[in-house]
Amino acid sequence: MVKGVIFDIKRYAIHDGPGIRTTVFMKGCPLNCWWCHNPEGISPKPELMYFEFKCIHCHTCVKVCPLNAINFDENEVQHIDREKCNGCGICAEFCPTSALKLVGRVITLEELTTEVEKDIKLYDDSGGGVTFSGGEPLVQPQFLKEALKACKERYIHTALDTSGYAPREILKSIMPYVDLFLYDLKLADEREHEKYTGVSNKLIKENLKFTIENGRAKDIILRFPVIPGITDTEWNVKGWVKFLSNLRGLQEIDLLPFHDVGEKFHRLDKEYKMEVHHAPSEETLKWIKEEFEGIGLEVKIGG
Amino acid sequence: MSENIVSAPGCSAEKQIEKKIEKELKRRKSSIKSINERVAKLRKESVETEVKISSERAKLITEFYKSDLPKGKSIPVQRALAFRYLLEHCSLPIEDGQLIVGLRGTGVKEVPSYPEICVHSMADLEILNSRKNMPYKVDEDTKELYKDKIIPFWKGRAMRDILFENLPQEWIDAYEAGIFTEFMEQRAPGHTAGGERIFKMGILDIKEEIKRKMGELDSSDPEYYEKMEELKAMDIVADAILIYAKRYAEELEKMAEAEEEKDPKRKEELKQMAEICRWVPAHAPRTFWEALQHYWFIHVGVTYETNPWDSFNPGRIDQHLYPFYKKGIEEGRLTREKAKELLQCFWLKFNNQPAVPKVGVTGEESFTYNDFSKLNIGGLTKDGSDGVNEVSYLILEVLSEMRTLQPNTAVQISNKTPDRFLIEALKVVGPGFGEPPFFNFDGVIVKMLRQGKTLEDARTSGCSGCVETGAFGKEAYILTGYFNLPKILEITLNNGVDPRTGKKIGIETGDPRNFKSFDELWDAYIKQVKHFMDIKMKGNDIVEALYAKYLPVPFLSLWIEDCVKNAKDYNGGGARYDTQYIHLVGLGTIADCLAAIKYHVFDKKTFTMSQLLEALKNNFEGYEMMWEILRNPDKTPKFGNNDDYVDEIAKRVVDTVVEIIESYPPTSVRKASRRAYFFPTTCHVYFGKVTGATPDGRKAGFPLSDGVSPVQGMDRKGIAAVFRSVAKCDWDETGGALLNQKLTPDLFDNEENIKKLAQLIRTFFRLGGHHVQFNVISAELLREAQRRPQDFQDLMVRVAGYSDYFVNLPKGLQDEIIARTEQKIF
Repeated sequence: MVKGVIFDIKRYAIHDGPGIRTTVFMKGCPLNCWWCHNPEGISPKPELMYFEFKCIHCHTCVKVCPLNAINFDENEVQHIDREKCNGCGICAEFCPTSALKLVGRVITLEELTTEVEKDIKLYDDSGGGVTFSGGEPLVQPQFLKEALKACKERYIHTALDTSGYAPREILKSIMPYVDLFLYDLKLADEREHEKYTGVSNKLIKENLKFTIENGRAKDIILRFPVIPGITDTEWNVKGWVKFLSNLRGLQEIDLLPFHDVGEKFHRLDKEYKMEVHHAPSEETLKWIKEEFEGIGLEVKIGG
Repeated sequence: MSENIVSAPGCSAEKQIEKKIEKELKRRKSSIKSINERVAKLRKESVETEVKISSERAKLITEFYKSDLPKGKSIPVQRALAFRYLLEHCSLPIEDGQLIVGLRGTGVKEVPSYPEICVHSMADLEILNSRKNMPYKVDEDTKELYKDKIIPFWKGRAMRDILFENLPQEWIDAYEAGIFTEFMEQRAPGHTAGGERIFKMGILDIKEEIKRKMGELDSSDPEYYEKMEELKAMDIVADAILIYAKRYAEELEKMAEAEEEKDPKRKEELKQMAEICRWVPAHAPRTFWEALQHYWFIHVGVTYETNPWDSFNPGRIDQHLYPFYKKGIEEGRLTREKAKELLQCFWLKFNNQPAVPKVGVTGEESFTYNDFSKLNIGGLTKDGSDGVNEVSYLILEVLSEMRTLQPNTAVQISNKTPDRFLIEALKVVGPGFGEPPFFNFDGVIVKMLRQGKTLEDARTSGCSGCVETGAFGKEAYILTGYFNLPKILEITLNNGVDPRTGKKIGIETGDPRNFKSFDELWDAYIKQVKHFMDIKMKGNDIVEALYAKYLPVPFLSLWIEDCVKNAKDYNGGGARYDTQYIHLVGLGTIADCLAAIKYHVFDKKTFTMSQLLEALKNNFEGYEMMWEILRNPDKTPKFGNNDDYVDEIAKRVVDTVVEIIESYPPTSVRKASRRAYFFPTTCHVYFGKVTGATPDGRKAGFPLSDGVSPVQGMDRKGIAAVFRSVAKCDWDETGGALLNQKLTPDLFDNEENIKKLAQLIRTFFRLGGHHVQFNVISAELLREAQRRPQDFQDLMVRVAGYSDYFVNLPKGLQDEIIARTEQKIF
């Protein structure tokens, strides 16, 4: 039985494609975007998240951890030794208020399908389906392919939320089972892309072209995170406009306004590099919208 | 993308909340639509006038009963003559600029009292006058009148006194413990809605019917005398309303005369109104305006005859009004604008009649000025086709423009209802004043058919009060009291003893510490439920018999089929269908309680029954860890998250309790079948107050869950998961179930979201849900309103099957609404 690692299954999602959907968040991502909205999806391994506001300082976690990886200092601040922690999750199990939560779990294809099938009625009524997101789903190609296939066998609409950063062969192998690509565009300039996401955008751009060349342009919704000071510069937007104007058949781009999720990084003891914390202004969204509309794309805010 | 929106470091949380509230207030403000000058003025008067008690009715009815007029007459005839006396002598207030006349009481929001049903004590009047929330002002003259005339005459004669005198001690004990309440202890039955008969019949037609029926009566019928007296009474009240309308016509003509120079337009209007009053209610209405005035006379009559629960309502109003509307438009005598203005004037008439003052337990279970008149729109027509018409849309517009406490509405959605109607209705919900709620009309039909109504009567049914399904115009579906499911578990866990008082009011079902399995606990619980249900049902029979004997309602009986035909009173079984309801409260709480015990004590053995009982006894003090685990949805199964473990328990509770209720034989007098509703009004707050700590981690005194909603804040998986959990129960075997949901205001910024919400509602109904209503409001705004009530006088929220001003609610209820989960995603 094929197994995958996921960190969440969100049912009744309305922002991840048409209709009412179930979104499967797959764990592991080759990118490391500064503004990542789901930093718990980056590492492929299970991780502990600590919600300080829920903690009642009962120290149960300290007592039950088999590796002595947790302690509280004299100010009652909790510390997790991330080196020692192997993600066994025993502390989370015992934590009475769920202040400690283990993100990431192994799931079998069968379990996933059972979960997804629960809402078939809802998909039918609303024109929805299942969205695979993450993380980067293409990091788990075999599991993803089987899961997509299982959906198609049940006549469930499928969407893939991807950064596009994956070997061509992998993309090719899953393509027949994807009804809709939610394809993220971040920085148009290669060096800037490397700076803010940790990887080059070359593969991403090529994979987009490849998808279009395979006649799938109408099945793509581009997604553009509007990150103040990073992606919302004139240089960047114009860069994408230029790149996209050479591609044929694309129809829609959704602008995803930045939300600050510094708290999430903190809960994972991860470094948060963002210096700007506010959402983009309405004016910013408006001019970016107009730029993309200029090349004939339908632009939605949110999405 | 999945993200939690959290506050940015560096940007203070307070500032963010402030901004959020500001945005929300802006959104609310910008959604207010303009209304014309006349309506604006009437609305202002209606909204701003403070509620007071009018002593006129009490004075008149006391005069009547002290006089020689009732001597030697049968009780129905006495009641009818009293009604006529009231309508012959009452004042005839006319709001300046109104197009519809008639008001029970002496003026806008001047509420009459009904001492023959419940005579308020001097202490009651003092409380009503001075309480901070929801006062009823009582002037010195009224107090004096009560002291000298009203109280001395009615004490011991009022229905309330008669009831308590006749109910057995075990009933009183359970009542005082908060196991159940009694609807009829201060208000008369009612709980019904008007049907087609009202809009097709004039009083003269009905008098003809009465006459015919009198002629048909067979003197060998053992009930001949009772029937004849009832018919006589009906004829007298029919005359009474004619007198009332005639007095109004004369008054309007006088006013028209006096208007001469000042305002020729108003003069014309007054003349026209006088003409209308000379036509209706004597004859069936011919025009849109006449139809509204005709209904309103009847409404005033019903609500002046007694203080019936849920006042009265015109039922499927878009169906009833549409023929008049269509004809008026086609003949060019009515415009859409004029129809709307008339509807707006009509609307305010309801708002000008606040609920009668309620005190004691009744005050606690129904703490509101709202009197639950519910106008139904949408649904299907008699022949089963889509019932949405232009008047349905007009009413949605009026609703969104008027934003008054009353009347309430019900949007009936069937499979055949067009999306446009559902979406337009959702757009009215968006700005967040609670209205309208949504009902599953196909489910309404199934419920009615299950109860044995004909298909046609099922299709003309609707929902009144909060969420109560009934055959409009043809059924007496009388509500008898709320029933506290979690409290009975508390008594079960204490082997029959109420730990609050130490009194043994239950039966001995064993020490729960000796229970070996969940099933043993379940059996003990159900035995206790049956024990208290027996007591309640016996009480219901007594109350019903007393109302049938002492408080017939010949005027209401004129309008509910087949009272005239049967020559029987509405309160005595005259209606085509007779039903009696118990309303169960705290489904979410009881399901979570039983699931918590099953999961932690019997399955996982997290702790023992003995430890749990100690923790409950101590309100979880010293048992903080256990408390955290019990109220943590990750650690304890909670209803509302589409989790079969607990949802199955909820379903089992519903099935079992419904079976118990329906197992009782028909009622004493009306031979009514016994049925169940699941909704609380404000009773979940009162029941919470009398219930100690519960195994779901609820501390003593906190409100129970409302309706069939999950326990406040325990539904964490979005609104569709709530729909799933709720829809697992079989609501078609009940008369209705109330579901509250709170939505984050941002959801309504986007047309796509509204469409998706519409689809979700349809799915919920397809799965068998009965009702859902929304508060579109953030907890932050509600907290701000608690802090600065003076600035939020007009903030309306959805409470149970009705809306109310947030700042008027008692603190416990305010906190309960804040604690409800705010659904951010679907």
